[in-house]
Amino acid sequence: MADYSTQELMIIAAAREIRDGELVFVGMRLPITAYGVARLTHAPNAVGMFEGGVTRYAPAEETLYTMCDPANQRNAAWTTGLIQVMGHLQAGRVDTGFIGGAEIDKWGNINTSYIGGHENVQVKLPGSGGAADIAAMSKRLIAIMNHEKRRLVERVSYITSPGYINGEGGRAKAGIAVGGPAAVITDKAVLRPHGPANELHLSSVHPGHTADEVIENTGWELKTAPGMTETPAPGDAEMTALHQVDREGFWR
Amino acid sequence: MIEKICSLSDAVRDLVRDGDGVVIGASLETAIPFAATYEIIRQGKKNLEMIAPISDASTDMLIGAGCVGAVTGAWVGNVSGGLGHNYRRAAEKQIPHALDINDYSNFTIGMALFAGAYGLPYAPVRSILGSDIINSNPAFKMATNPFSTETEPVVLVPPVKPDVAILGVQRADAAGNNHYWGSSGLAQEAALAAERVIIVADEIVEPDVISSDPSRVLVPGFRVAAVCHVPAGTHPAPLTGRWQRDSAFFNDYHARSRDVDGYKAWLDEWVFAVEGAPGYAKKLGDRLSALKIAGSRNAAHANYAAE
Repeated sequence: MADYSTQELMIIAAAREIRDGELVFVGMRLPITAYGVARLTHAPNAVGMFEGGVTRYAPAEETLYTMCDPANQRNAAWTTGLIQVMGHLQAGRVDTGFIGGAEIDKWGNINTSYIGGHENVQVKLPGSGGAADIAAMSKRLIAIMNHEKRRLVERVSYITSPGYINGEGGRAKAGIAVGGPAAVITDKAVLRPHGPANELHLSSVHPGHTADEVIENTGWELKTAPGMTETPAPGDAEMTALHQVDREGFWR
Repeated sequence: MIEKICSLSDAVRDLVRDGDGVVIGASLETAIPFAATYEIIRQGKKNLEMIAPISDASTDMLIGAGCVGAVTGAWVGNVSGGLGHNYRRAAEKQIPHALDINDYSNFTIGMALFAGAYGLPYAPVRSILGSDIINSNPAFKMATNPFSTETEPVVLVPPVKPDVAILGVQRADAAGNNHYWGSSGLAQEAALAAERVIIVADEIVEPDVISSDPSRVLVPGFRVAAVCHVPAGTHPAPLTGRWQRDSAFFNDYHARSRDVDGYKAWLDEWVFAVEGAPGYAKKLGDRLSALKIAGSRNAAHANYAAE
């Protein structure tokens, strides 16, 4: 069995969501590495976009602290403005978008603005950044979160980034033509929408965890999807690619 | 040529007024002229409306110093550190005072500045549909696309026109003409939408350097009110080809701003106790030298000959 950290497993699970030839809205931290792994394994033609105005054919050669670091500008495919790259979202050209979040609910709605809601602010979070745009306009959204009961809740107190809003037809009613969460990757499991209501179901449990433990740590009554499996452990090729991208071992 | 070079303290004194809508850097994490953030704090400007998609920790610093009355933007925090402690204190406990928060996403504040720059009455967008941003910020209006045969909702974003945009660039001439390279976020829209533009230049060059490559101009000098020469004026933010990001500085700020006293001590040390931008650079000393990008990765030559 390969030796890997939980974060490395999450990165590889995220990389598997990227398909070859796709335009990917990458985001910071973990998805940057996931994009790099996907490119070196099954998706050599995936193009990565960063909302600050960077587009890349290959990940940067150094560890990044932000998407705008000098190392992400060097040898980019395109350095331009925010509207030029985020316009690709609005034009319906972005296949997969990644975001993180502080709080998510069973319909995949994400809150990064106000814990407790706008009228009764308990914790002021930084806000949308580009997340609301990526969630509304990517064809497929992948969310990455820590799996805690206080983070995976029945209903978020403020929707920064829309998932399926309130279930079946929720996005259509809001006027959103495309997309919605395709996967929520946590440190314990992968959740996916299932059924006409698109409620998030337990799709796979990471090695070393159990379905009961995942359900216990979820703030709504989490149902299991038919054919629920164990998340496949990282393969040798995936780990080799990961080590090539994460040279400094930041995620080890 | 109209000379527009002045000190940053003069530019802030004359061109940033209490109650102004102000952009300090609009390129997310890069090219944020923190030297201007510090100078605004030193001069005790009040009731500013900070406009930005993301300006890393700059907005959080200004909020804690009591300079900010409103935030019009997508994100306030500390990109590598996490939450903005001053933003939290203001929003949750009205410390140092209450704050109006006008919620946007990056794309919608972008289109608001775009509309402001080019005189559009509003910008219709498909984003933030389904988001509570539409509900918490009354500036947005819902409409139906008049060109669609089906009922297709769109969000109408009104123009945002800052009073002042303060932007970091690699080089500028004395008339304010400038070159910027690397990702630019909303810097150009912010500059063109603003009433007054202050350029914070890492280097001042002869005019023929800028005119040799007009495609690299972020905003032409005729739209610039003042140009200030502040080497490393974006520190701790990076500047492509010139300065690395000082991530340890952001992390230190994050740790120390966790409580009000810690924040005030940080402010005393890095803002009030230093003699302007030169004093700040002197205090950084070797640390700044270590952040300087020494390598060369020059772009290919571009020929503009007409003969």
